[in-house]
Amino acid sequence: MWESIRRWFDPRELRSVGSTPDYRFSLANERTFLAWLRTGLALVAGGLAAAQFLPPLPLRHLREAIAIALLLLGGAVAVRAVDHWARTERAIRLGEELPASRFPAVLALTVGLGALLLVVAVLLRALGGR
Amino acid sequence: MSGPSAAPRPARDPGLQPERTRLAWRRTALALTVVTVLAVRLAFTGDLGGVLLAGVTLVVWGAVLPVCWRRGTGTGPAPTGGRSLPLAALGAAALAVLGVALVLRGLW
Repeated sequence: MWESIRRWFDPRELRSVGSTPDYRFSLANERTFLAWLRTGLALVAGGLAAAQFLPPLPLRHLREAIAIALLLLGGAVAVRAVDHWARTERAIRLGEELPASRFPAVLALTVGLGALLLVVAVLLRALGGR
Repeated sequence: MSGPSAAPRPARDPGLQPERTRLAWRRTALALTVVTVLAVRLAFTGDLGGVLLAGVTLVVWGAVLPVCWRRGTGTGPAPTGGRSLPLAALGAAALAVLGVALVLRGLW
């Protein structure tokens, strides 16, 4: 694990493998990384907003649980983004297949499930409140 | 498919790729700033701990923003890789961890 973290910070090692590709591929890889990073930052912003703008919910500490779940998900997205960027850059330089990943599917399902739970919660409240 | 005309077309793509990447870095810097503002607002409770946590948040922002800015304003394609990417990602992760600490702090 520390080995891969060290590798993220060592551009010389990344540049030493394989051959330098068309720089447009590297830039596209970098933009993909940035898009993921912004996705992570949006989740972090959502968590911070939930913590301070949601009213206290009927279930004790539910608000804090939602906030922490969003924050942890956002942090994981950011760290995974840089790891995936480094592995993709390596594959491009070596002319290998791009690394496959289940992460986008898992993230999409998680966000979809969370949204579904919130819809159910809102409906229950609307029906039970009157 | 390239047509039979051998006349080189104006080089649009090579100019646009670095530009798009620069704009992506600037958008990221903007998102980072929004997160920082939200975190400082949550941290700043008036007591000493709140001021300290708000200060730490601002230090993380102050460390990562110049990285994004340098990468986002350079001319021509920047060299492959570099430390800017892991630094930006770790900055975002640090803000997430800081946010968890702030939420937990609010519980007691």
